[in-house]
Amino acid sequence: MAGPALIDIRKLCIGFRGRAGTMLPVLHEIDMTVCRGQSLGLVGESGSGKSTLALAAMGYLKHGLQKLSGEVIHDGADIFARSAGELEKIRGGKLGLIPQNSGQALTPTLRIGRQIHEALHLHCALPEGEHEARAIDLLTQVRLPDPQAILRRYPPELSGGQQQRVAIAMALAGEPDALLLDEPTTGLDVTTQAHILELLRDLAAARNMAMVYVSHDLGVIARVCDRVQVLYGGETMLTGPTAEVLRDPAHPYARGLLASIPRLSDRTLPRALEGRPPPPGQRRRGCAFAARCALATETCQAERPPLIAGAGAQSTRCFYPDQVASMDAGGEGAALSRCASDGPAALRLADVAIRYDRPGILARLRRVPRNPATVAGISLHLRRGETLGMVGESGSGKSTILKTIAGLMSPAEGRIELGDGTRLCAAVEQRRPDQLRRIQMVFQNPDDSLNPRQTVAEILSQPLRLYFGLRDKALHDRSVELLETVRLGAHYLDRSPGQLSGGEKQRVAVARAFAAGPEIVLCDEITSALDVSVQAAVLELLNDLKGLHRTAFIFVSHDLAIVRALSDRVAVLYQGRLCEVGPTAAVYGAPSHPYTDVLLNAVLEPDPERAPRLLTEDTVDLSPPARGCPFQRRCPVKCGQICETDAPPWRETGDGHAIRCHIPLTDLPRRIAG
Amino acid sequence: MSAATSSLPARTANVLREMLARPSGALGLTLVGLHLVTALISPWIVPFDYKEMDATITLAGPSAEHWLGTDHLGRDVFSRVLLGGREALVVTGIATPVAMLWGGLLGVFLGLRGGWMDEILMRIVDAFLALPGILPLLVLITVFGSGGAVLMPTLAFFFGIPVIRVARAAAHEVVARDFISAARARGHRPFDIVRREIMPNVTDTLLVESAMRWSWMLLGFSALSFLGFGVAPPRPDWGLMVSDARVYMSLAPWGVIAPVIALSTLIIGINLTADALAKTLGLDQSRKAVV
Repeated sequence: MAGPALIDIRKLCIGFRGRAGTMLPVLHEIDMTVCRGQSLGLVGESGSGKSTLALAAMGYLKHGLQKLSGEVIHDGADIFARSAGELEKIRGGKLGLIPQNSGQALTPTLRIGRQIHEALHLHCALPEGEHEARAIDLLTQVRLPDPQAILRRYPPELSGGQQQRVAIAMALAGEPDALLLDEPTTGLDVTTQAHILELLRDLAAARNMAMVYVSHDLGVIARVCDRVQVLYGGETMLTGPTAEVLRDPAHPYARGLLASIPRLSDRTLPRALEGRPPPPGQRRRGCAFAARCALATETCQAERPPLIAGAGAQSTRCFYPDQVASMDAGGEGAALSRCASDGPAALRLADVAIRYDRPGILARLRRVPRNPATVAGISLHLRRGETLGMVGESGSGKSTILKTIAGLMSPAEGRIELGDGTRLCAAVEQRRPDQLRRIQMVFQNPDDSLNPRQTVAEILSQPLRLYFGLRDKALHDRSVELLETVRLGAHYLDRSPGQLSGGEKQRVAVARAFAAGPEIVLCDEITSALDVSVQAAVLELLNDLKGLHRTAFIFVSHDLAIVRALSDRVAVLYQGRLCEVGPTAAVYGAPSHPYTDVLLNAVLEPDPERAPRLLTEDTVDLSPPARGCPFQRRCPVKCGQICETDAPPWRETGDGHAIRCHIPLTDLPRRIAG
Repeated sequence: MSAATSSLPARTANVLREMLARPSGALGLTLVGLHLVTALISPWIVPFDYKEMDATITLAGPSAEHWLGTDHLGRDVFSRVLLGGREALVVTGIATPVAMLWGGLLGVFLGLRGGWMDEILMRIVDAFLALPGILPLLVLITVFGSGGAVLMPTLAFFFGIPVIRVARAAAHEVVARDFISAARARGHRPFDIVRREIMPNVTDTLLVESAMRWSWMLLGFSALSFLGFGVAPPRPDWGLMVSDARVYMSLAPWGVIAPVIALSTLIIGINLTADALAKTLGLDQSRKAVV
């Protein structure tokens, strides 16, 4: 181990008092050690206690939680035994925290400069006069362009990635020995995520800092951490060097987690981890993972396995570490449902443009030139039973296009037609019930798309009553049938969304969409709010439904790896303009549009050898350029004046694959590689 | 927060149980309950007739016969205090639900619809809220005369105006969520969206608000009585009693103190109940639930 431990957690137990008055454990005898210059990844599903552990490392417990036993040694003393004054110095000083959502952690009404000054004032010995220079220095270190300007801005004026950088700069203000990062890149675009991770790696190396990185995504951990600690049900299941854990995990749970991550190189679906994790505070006798483990025996049910040495330098909490290696090594995921490429059309978009801004009377009178439309020139078709993947960063207009198809927004130009040639009216209110029934939408966040005050039965009854007039027995039977198609049972009918897990909620949302018997289902980032392990299960479900009902999907995501698994064709969007459209294999192969290439290279995979290539800056301008190629500002292979003045032509390769670029297709791969 | 249960009676029972488990809820519900029971049975338990005068013992102090003494006309203060809340409770008990109903429905409708109608109506609401509450009440009563038939609709109207604002804000929060978009995209009628999707999510807020409105309305009613626009003498009412007895306060303080205690215990009881209700329903986030 490299030098003395900086944070040393020994046999830490944390719990809360349940309704019956008994103490329920959230963390159970956890050991954790980080040294200077080391980075440790804490991995686990929601509710595994990983965030609680990270916060406990700085002596903080959420309301209602109590330390039951064990200690957290920092700087030679138990951090829980320190006085409030000492803790105030340590937190934000020696130990920096970077929260998941910096947009919420920054005060929206104070300028960035004020907030950094405050951090410097509290945790930095520099005289007041040098603070300004120091703040600029910090912002430069986190690679924010034009730090002077950033200091004067308010947090909502920055993008998610910029806010996260500011949060990192503030954490660095106290010259910390260790950074605690609680899912700092979850919710960011793949490209931004790759940039932030690169930055964190470099910072840690340059300052010889320790990092504790909390994430549910092993791909992220693979990129930044030397060691991994896998948590499950509040216990350490596996620890070991990252490379070894990713290559050959010595615990069945880690193996399952790894198999559930979608990969760019795979053409199969990732494999879902069956079952759900135990709720925090559950008491048990045996191994926490026994209920979901393929290797589980009676011993596992009855006894808690000790943490023993596994393959290589790993320690695993499993009775059978030798058998783990010989477990079915993932193999093929579920067979993919593919669709013939020449079926009849289900939906056609012709030259659709969408605007958010509405010029006021004055602007119209003065004929002020309008900003370019948010989304423009979208021409796409969707065949029956086909899945069209739509990829792009936030702000690329993917969700806007889905909302317009669903009738929740009106297009400014262009037309949307159903397969039979009937034109869809812009607004929901003007569409016929039958047209509405044929297009259904599944939203990103099931917490928001399911009414918390309705039971699952009521939620499913809405479309069934509206479109089919079902009542009583028929309604009940159909609801049960729908629940079974999404692999939930009849006993879910009486539950309310608050009693379901994230994955179960999203299944109910999918069931509600299918209740209408739709021809087209619009999926708006439906897995991005879910854990990786749950995401795989939802993808599997969509794949089954696709084969079963010959429903067409438009599947929107910012993650190319997810889209690949499910899509027949893929459309790549940048700032509301199409860059590339084509069959999945063609889009993921060469040649590809420079932007597609940027996205492909930014995908993080759980592979210690494969590093993402960052081809361009991750800054996205707010509005698309008025003329020329939409990608001109970030393009790594921009070929000159023409990109700024002329809209690039569509270049086709033949099999329906088209790329919109000034560079000839034969030149593209060479230019990008060079 | 309470576990969501499917049936309304079960949920009500759950909420009541949780409220009783809180000190504020237990005290509040007890106070309100005592007042309601007293108001119901007081005509049969009062020791004296409220209008029976005895000129020989005016402004007497508490005694075994007259527990809280007598007023300037020699009427038994204890009996009058027991009876004094009846009219206030009946008038406000009807006017509060009416105020909640019209204010709540209009507020939710405006919150869902938005646009110019929302703009115009909300500016009118602002104008009303800018006036001191008692002023328009007094104008109406001077025009139409006092008495329950005028007071009830007047109170229901004026106390419904702030409810519009609360209901609109609550509806706004719900309307922005995806399940409303989902319902719109399916093609439900606006009326169904209000009834099935929005109402269940704003009833909690409105329930707490109605308790608050009720206590404000009781105060308003008593103030009107105090000014002589509420209950007509000789019928007993707390506001009126205070108004009559304050002249003799140095001689017979009980004539003022007793109705004031009666009114304030009721108001405090209602406020404590509202507070406990808000916490039980999870609307008051000052102490979040664990895990």
